[in-house]
Amino acid sequence: MHTETYPQLIPLVILIPALGAFINIFWGSKLTERVSGLIGITAAVLTFIISVLIFSHLNGHHGTGSVINPVIFQTWLRIDSIGLDIPWQFRVDPLTAVMLLVVTGVGSLIHIYSMGYMHGDKKFSRFFAYLNLFMMFMLLLVTSNNFLMLFVGWEGVGVMSYLLIGFNWDKGGALGWKNSNAARKAMIVNRVGDFGVLMAIFMIFWTFGTLTFYQPGETANVCYAREVNNLGACAEESHSEGEAAAAEGETAAAEGDHSEGETVAEAEGDHSEGEAAAAEGETVAEAEGDHSEGETAEGEGDHSEGETAAAEGDHSEGETAEGEGGHGGEPVVLADVDNSKFASYTDLGVFGQTAHYMSLEEGSPERLVQFGTLALDFKTVLFIIVLFLLLGVAGKSAQIPLFVWLPDAMAGPTPVSALMHAATMVTAGVFLLIRSNVFLDYVPEARLVIAIIGSVTALMAGFIALGQWDIKRVLAFSTVSQLGFMVAAVGLGAYVAALFHLATHAVFKALLFLGSGSVIHGVEHGHHHVHAHGNGPGHGHGNGPDDHHDAHDEHVDEAFDPQDMRNMGGLASRMPITYWTYLFGTFALAGLPFFAGFWSKDEILADAFHEALEGHLLLDNLAGYIVLGLLLVAAGFTAFYMWRQVQMVFHGDPRTEAAASAPESSAWMTIPLLVLAFFSFTVGFVNVPKYTPIFSGFMGIQDYEFKHFLESAIPSVTLKESLAFNTPLALLAVVIAFSAIALSHSIYGGNKAVQGRRDPLHVNRSTRQMWSLANARLYWDEIYFRLIENPYNRLSKFLYEVVDWRFLHDYFHDSVLKAGYDSMGKLLAKPFDLGIIDGTVNGVGALVRLLSGRVRVVQTGYVRVYAVILLLGVVAVLLIMLLPLLQVQAGS
Amino acid sequence: MFEGLSLTTIVLFLPMVGFTILLFLNQETQKEQIKWTAFGTTMVTFFASLILWAGFDPNNPALQMVHRFTWLNVQVGNVAINSDYYVGVDGLSLLLVLLTTFIMPIATLASFSSGVLAERGREKLYYAFLLLLEWAMIGVFVVQDLIVFYVFWEVTLVPMYFLVGIWGGEQRVYAAVKFFLYTMAGSILMLIAILYVGNVAGTFVLPDVVARVTAPDFSWTATTAASASDITGALLFFGFFIAFAIKVPVFPFHSWLPDAHVQAPTAGSVILAGVLLKMGTYGLVRFNLQMFPAESIQFAPLIGVLAVIGIIYGAWVSYAQTDVKKLVAYSSVSHLGFVVLGIFSLNAQGIQGATLQMVNHGISTGGLFLLVGMLYERYHTKDMAAYGGIWSKAPWFGAVALVVALSSMGLPGLNGFVGEFTILLGSVGSKYLGFFFTLFATLGVIMAAVYILYMFQRVFMGDYKAPGGHDGHGHGHGHDAHSDDNPLKLHWNEVVVLIPILILIFWIGLQPGGFFDTMDAATNQLVAHVEAANETTVAGALEQNGLTVGTGTTTTEVASNPGN
Repeated sequence: MHTETYPQLIPLVILIPALGAFINIFWGSKLTERVSGLIGITAAVLTFIISVLIFSHLNGHHGTGSVINPVIFQTWLRIDSIGLDIPWQFRVDPLTAVMLLVVTGVGSLIHIYSMGYMHGDKKFSRFFAYLNLFMMFMLLLVTSNNFLMLFVGWEGVGVMSYLLIGFNWDKGGALGWKNSNAARKAMIVNRVGDFGVLMAIFMIFWTFGTLTFYQPGETANVCYAREVNNLGACAEESHSEGEAAAAEGETAAAEGDHSEGETVAEAEGDHSEGEAAAAEGETVAEAEGDHSEGETAEGEGDHSEGETAAAEGDHSEGETAEGEGGHGGEPVVLADVDNSKFASYTDLGVFGQTAHYMSLEEGSPERLVQFGTLALDFKTVLFIIVLFLLLGVAGKSAQIPLFVWLPDAMAGPTPVSALMHAATMVTAGVFLLIRSNVFLDYVPEARLVIAIIGSVTALMAGFIALGQWDIKRVLAFSTVSQLGFMVAAVGLGAYVAALFHLATHAVFKALLFLGSGSVIHGVEHGHHHVHAHGNGPGHGHGNGPDDHHDAHDEHVDEAFDPQDMRNMGGLASRMPITYWTYLFGTFALAGLPFFAGFWSKDEILADAFHEALEGHLLLDNLAGYIVLGLLLVAAGFTAFYMWRQVQMVFHGDPRTEAAASAPESSAWMTIPLLVLAFFSFTVGFVNVPKYTPIFSGFMGIQDYEFKHFLESAIPSVTLKESLAFNTPLALLAVVIAFSAIALSHSIYGGNKAVQGRRDPLHVNRSTRQMWSLANARLYWDEIYFRLIENPYNRLSKFLYEVVDWRFLHDYFHDSVLKAGYDSMGKLLAKPFDLGIIDGTVNGVGALVRLLSGRVRVVQTGYVRVYAVILLLGVVAVLLIMLLPLLQVQAGS
Repeated sequence: MFEGLSLTTIVLFLPMVGFTILLFLNQETQKEQIKWTAFGTTMVTFFASLILWAGFDPNNPALQMVHRFTWLNVQVGNVAINSDYYVGVDGLSLLLVLLTTFIMPIATLASFSSGVLAERGREKLYYAFLLLLEWAMIGVFVVQDLIVFYVFWEVTLVPMYFLVGIWGGEQRVYAAVKFFLYTMAGSILMLIAILYVGNVAGTFVLPDVVARVTAPDFSWTATTAASASDITGALLFFGFFIAFAIKVPVFPFHSWLPDAHVQAPTAGSVILAGVLLKMGTYGLVRFNLQMFPAESIQFAPLIGVLAVIGIIYGAWVSYAQTDVKKLVAYSSVSHLGFVVLGIFSLNAQGIQGATLQMVNHGISTGGLFLLVGMLYERYHTKDMAAYGGIWSKAPWFGAVALVVALSSMGLPGLNGFVGEFTILLGSVGSKYLGFFFTLFATLGVIMAAVYILYMFQRVFMGDYKAPGGHDGHGHGHGHDAHSDDNPLKLHWNEVVVLIPILILIFWIGLQPGGFFDTMDAATNQLVAHVEAANETTVAGALEQNGLTVGTGTTTTEVASNPGN
């Protein structure tokens, strides 16, 4: 297969959506809905195809990452003389590939769905333009090879989110205003996060002198990660795995391979067979010596170039052998320490350099980083950088304390909620953390903070979701909660688990959102239907086949809220496809066995369990316990509120006429639901743990395929033991999920779901307070208003009205400046105010008149006199001031 | 006089050619010719400046396209006054010349449909003032002689004073006078400083002064060797600084700005924000940093604090506004705080970022003032309560406004970000400012979103409010032949002026390389010049403490900073 060129296609994933958006922006109004939508869909699907190609390339080669420079537009921010060079540059590695698949896969389906959902909207083409632009920025974010380009995508998706949340700002009246407020809130809260990312970027630049993740040809540095995880040196690991490390006799061949950097696989594969194992001791020594290579003179002096290269060859071969066992003889080459071609560590990307700095002795002067006037130890710097990044993550991925924008973001059209506020944009924060995994590896203190933030968010949002009425709001808080799971996983160092959950969650949460969109659509139409037929013929239902689709555009009746679950019920029979697919999503989210969420959530729990018991640091243990405890409860909440929702929406009897006459949605909408439902069940099988009962080896399912795929992008993953399936823990999680559903069913089952527009938990005295607290969203918004928004507004007014206007503008001007001028002018003008000067005054006055024509408008007399006094004053002051100077000069 | 005539002189005097032609046109009968002459002149000047750019060698840090002859060489008693007509451009001034010649055609063309101009008349005078202003502004950026600089500096006041005073809003007289007073107050101090500097240095030619200043054993007092207690240098530094700070304006010298901006006609606001304020920041780079490197270092933290206060304060006050033009005016205080912060980072990132940000601010804020002006033409009010939902009636206008607003907010990929980012990057690594300055300054990024988005929401979103009582036409300015139902429909000239703004917003945002390249060499020379002063100061301080110089500690630290 000639797949080497596939990664070169990567700039297209930016250009194609950009082109789609461009067409829709400039000619959208002239295009029909169908053409306009198809342009958007085509753009999305093409990016998906490219993503699949890139994925197939990486998968086939068990790929190391590669750096791709675009053909045009290579440079961006470059100031030659000071070494500031931030190019437009792409990185294609397994992590990127996974994100590409998620974004373009889910994105394409949502584009298709929008075709049905937005049908009849007067801003149809603009919607697709925005969706395409969003895809563009999101893809820029995940394919970037440096922090700043990532930041372009990061802020870009923020702006698209702003535009799409506020898409219906023109709804009119309070509703439109509410939408635009939600948009503004989202953007501002996100900017608070962006502040963190910016600060992190500044610090990264002054620490490393670059913002690039990995330089072309550079490989992720496994050995350092191994060390920091206390997993022993590289070679020992491969030894303990019991796999023979194949030594590369031919140094030259090894070097040749590595100089290619990215696509080493085939060449390596040839050597992996038949080569005898080398002496282990030598391998260890050399592989270790390699860290310091290029940094210190002695390090290099120890080995000749050739030896070093050989040692590296060894190491990758060692890992290869291990991988081969699991992958049926397919040649696997792992990225490893082969950065010998870089003359100095400063030529490496940020992550390579991190490893270098951390290998230095603590307290050594070289580890000191200078920020202008501040000098800090490298590890402290890393800690601060990670915390700043965490602030950004809290903003984008809706963690405490910045999650407050996400529930409000539900003001956007439902496809937007599905695409951005569930599947892709909000995962950008998690992605950023995973991308920075090398940083995180070295600062367990920061990871503990991340783990706590994540798991507390998961629990808190899960709790709030229990008390919501709005179908989308429940899902929004559920998203916050699930993002908490991912962030917590990152905090544990379980990057693969986090990414796995990110991917599965993208699928089933997009499914749930689209399902809820279908429900809302149905209820709106049902309402419209009832309204049109029941309340009078005035409302045009008969104006044409398209007309009734406008329903969600015009709120016929402001009081009726089609998103309020109290207005639903019994939709299962009315909307069967929506119902069944929604059930799949619910089961996946709740983590019922063998659905996607089961595998991914379980992996996070297993990692937490593992860290708690066997973490190498006290901090790890602590993080493990906290995360495990909180997440188990949060998982219970998840199953509980999801079943509550299913009960309220689909089961029981319809509670409104609208619900009773809701139609199933069109094929544009149901087909994406079916596809997503299929993947909600199957996608989890890509990362089945080893020794899983039944599934291990069943029907060609490989252990930890996903994990193996990611090894070269996340160095420390290679080193972590691949955990065996933890049956007791899995059972515990399943029991929790089932009992939560059972409990939920006993409370909300049948027609008990809503009792007089009140929740059964609200009716019940003993649970009323708790439920009210959840319903009030723990008063987060109120607290924010009191502590931040209100003081900010008041201070703003005070600064303007009192400080700036009354003091600086009026008082200072009138009493100091103007008065000063007046008195000075009078004082100085008086002695001259005879004869000679008078003539000059008139002369100047005449000149002014001449210049300005007949400026009667201005000539209040006041201005002219002013100007003249001023002029005289100036001259006089000058004379006085200069006199001594002239004398000094004359005297010298 | 014409010997060694360079392109710089030609660019400088082109506006005066147009000015002269205008004088011979008849105000009453030749209105069309008047405005087209003015616009033509600005366009020709613009193209001439492009030729200047094309012929400029970015690798050469020295002044280029130099034209110099003796202008004033008199002996008064023992005092020699040596002042030359000396013009030339280096990377820094070239960019600002380009900014000026870029903004001027836009401001001129935007005036074509100005309601206030149609109402109050005197087009000849108006356009003549615009050209006079252009001449003076280019002069400020290209002259290399303190006296001549001062003349140009003061000349800019006159046309601006009348532009505000004659064609301004209701409180135009107050605003014009205030503008005049504030600027003059600073100018006096600068003039004193200039005269003193000229006397001590024996020349008013800037490069010569700089050469004199950097000579060993130089002292501003001319009689004794430099000592720690000598504050003459500091006084002179502040003489220049205050003049420039008022112009920028640096907090707390900004209170003339909202008046001037709000009262000025659209073209006036655009020029004021686009170019005039940059004279202040340019002056800081050109004069303060060059002539007083040691003082610049000494006072960098103080000025850094003022800059950071300006960033936060400007953004905060901006948020409280109900008048849309005032909001944009205060946002300038915030934006220029970034520029000043960059300048006094005293490193290459900071100064290059600052210079680019001067250009960016001219484009973004100039663009915002254009947009606001277009709204004012239709609504006859600047109160945001009267606006609303404009995006729904004018989708393109709304979209352009969004892009300009986002650019002003510093969205990555657009021009504002590139400058802001580079400045903040510089301030972190600055040896004189550092992390905490950046931390607070970066808060301005959040606060910018707060006021810009609030403005955008109030003006462009929400329910549509039609221009109250007016149909948007019929001001008698000759362009309402094509009667249209939509009062928000733009005139052709309004569309034309927005296009170059948009192009530059994206161009600088995506490919700022050419701009950085242009100023790279000049900035490096400047930074090295300031750095040299630092080393002398350090050496001096060490000597005074009885320590030996040359241990190399400072230089190693510099070298270990990766960005340097």
